Amino acid sequence: MKKQRTVTFNHNPLLKRELPAWRSRLVLMALLGCSAALIGRSLYLQGIHNEFLQAKGESRYARVLEVPATRGRITDRHGDMLAVSTPVRSIWAIPSDARLEPAQARQLAKLLEVDVAELDARLGASRDFVYLKRQVAPDEAERIAALKLPGIHQQREYRRFYPGGEVMAHVLGFTSVEDRGQEGIELAYEKLLAGQAGSRRVIRDRRGQVVEDVESIRPPRDGQDVALAMDGKIQYLAYSALREAMTTHRAKAGAVVVLDVRTGEVLALANAPTFNPNNRANLTGAQLRNRVFTDTFEPGSVMKPFIAGLALERGKFKAETSIDTSPGRMTIGTATISDAHRHGVLTVAQIIQKSSNIGTVKMAQQFSPDEMWRLFDQLGFGAPLNLGFPGEAGGRLRPAKSWRPIEQATMSYGHGISVSLIQMARAYLAFARDGDLLPLSLVKVDAPPAAGKQIFSPKVARELRTMLEMAAGPGGTAPKAQVPGYRVAGKTGTAHKLEGGRYTNKYVSSFVGFAPVSDPRLVVAVMIDEPSAGQHYGGAVAGPVFARIVEGSLRALGIAPDAPITPLQLARKPADPAPIAAVQESM
Amino acid sequence: MMRLDAVLVALVVASALGVVASQHQARKLFGALEREQTRAHGLEVEWGQLQLEQSTWAAHGRVEKLARERLGLSAPVQGQMVVLEPQS
Repeated sequence: MKKQRTVTFNHNPLLKRELPAWRSRLVLMALLGCSAALIGRSLYLQGIHNEFLQAKGESRYARVLEVPATRGRITDRHGDMLAVSTPVRSIWAIPSDARLEPAQARQLAKLLEVDVAELDARLGASRDFVYLKRQVAPDEAERIAALKLPGIHQQREYRRFYPGGEVMAHVLGFTSVEDRGQEGIELAYEKLLAGQAGSRRVIRDRRGQVVEDVESIRPPRDGQDVALAMDGKIQYLAYSALREAMTTHRAKAGAVVVLDVRTGEVLALANAPTFNPNNRANLTGAQLRNRVFTDTFEPGSVMKPFIAGLALERGKFKAETSIDTSPGRMTIGTATISDAHRHGVLTVAQIIQKSSNIGTVKMAQQFSPDEMWRLFDQLGFGAPLNLGFPGEAGGRLRPAKSWRPIEQATMSYGHGISVSLIQMARAYLAFARDGDLLPLSLVKVDAPPAAGKQIFSPKVARELRTMLEMAAGPGGTAPKAQVPGYRVAGKTGTAHKLEGGRYTNKYVSSFVGFAPVSDPRLVVAVMIDEPSAGQHYGGAVAGPVFARIVEGSLRALGIAPDAPITPLQLARKPADPAPIAAVQESM
Repeated sequence: MMRLDAVLVALVVASALGVVASQHQARKLFGALEREQTRAHGLEVEWGQLQLEQSTWAAHGRVEKLARERLGLSAPVQGQMVVLEPQS
């Protein structure tokens, strides 16, 4: 075995140099210094002053993404959709980036359904941002995206659709392009319906895909759904009955409201003329107006039952108290009040049935202006109902101190005072219920208040119901308001329109009533503005609308008939000539 | 001493690999979650559109028109109706 010999090169004499020791130390020190500087710098950058680099790094891969929130849906009381938001896209461009070949521009213009010249004009604008088209259907937007044009971008948006169209238009209102409420329920319940978009910070990889959720900055909050009190079926009935009356009577406008007697919910609310909320080009103010809430009118005779109610309530009259209304004229101060027909001596019940002005005024004269004012005020006239609906009108009810005797007289039959249709409908709740008034509600009520503000005693309300049933029956002013199978009650109104301080020969015909009388469930108020096809009495114009709505609604609600159905089919002999000529009374 | 070092190095390497693997797993799962959420959102949108479609088809005006015109239906006249009293 050979012993290994080691050769140590550092002791190689050839390499041996006599160098001063400080040189190697200097190099060593310099190297140490360099590395100390590097360590110091990296400590400074990573430990002490690290915000800048962190921010820079994050901006390379971290992104804040917006999380969209949807607007709440509006449904009717049965959950049928009335307003739904669905996503659409908006196409926008950065004009300086959008250098399109003529062929590309033509393709894009075709997909956007605009003129090439117009598209060129928009892309030639000197702004940094132009919308090319808003609210494009998703599949169409997909096709535009597939063109992969430079400078053309898309943005997600929501569009509101109203499947009910013009039937529901006035109640729902509509939203703006930004999906914010502009009118109606959309505006009134904006806070609840509007969603709040959230945002979150994420890490994206090279291909732009989100790989990690860093934090949720703000969680998105979807808008809440709102269930209205409206009943889609009744609303449709009300709308179609109103539309039919508008054409038959060539009226300028009309409005209908249906209330649930037990809960105070608004079951239907229709206006004419109307509009299609899905296509709002060329809208006029007249179409947009929700007359039920925002228009006030002089109600005319529909006011009379309240005076009769006051008279019975105070015990100054009984239902069978006789009042002499002859000779059908009456002078107060310099003005003369008259009945359209002479009636002679009538009972209080007959005054309501025949709608006698003189009789009503004679009752009203037993009260001070203050007492009458208080009644009107309690009934909710003169102040908005505050349902939260935009633009609610309060009507005009002057303070009692300023009433002259003639004004007190005319107010008793509904002139010189103005109300909105919804106020009038609500006031009739006092008769349909046992004399109390409920607050109304546009949204579904789960637990209705058991009783509201008491206006009349239950006994007076019952007596008034009988009188109003007579008014809608044979010998009353509105036999056309009758519904086969159900007992109905109600009062007509025919008022001259006030224009420029003078009464004109234009009319507002109205009918407010309820059914079935044995246990009222619905209050229906109808108002037709300027019927101009010959007839203008409330009983002839608004009465049939009431009848149609009540008939359909009661059947839709499954309410049992409370009147024997006259078997017209079984009557073989020709019917008698109309037994009692309809007494169609003015005012 | 050497052996202990080797074991520790091996452990460190193993744990580092574990971190890499679990990070990868987490990203993959997150990607899947993200896709499912997008799908859920898409389905919700589709549901809204279907509801919209349903209420458009079932609009009362359309139903009435079809009933009257295509099916020839009409509301029964008074004599044709029979009212049944509930037995008490």
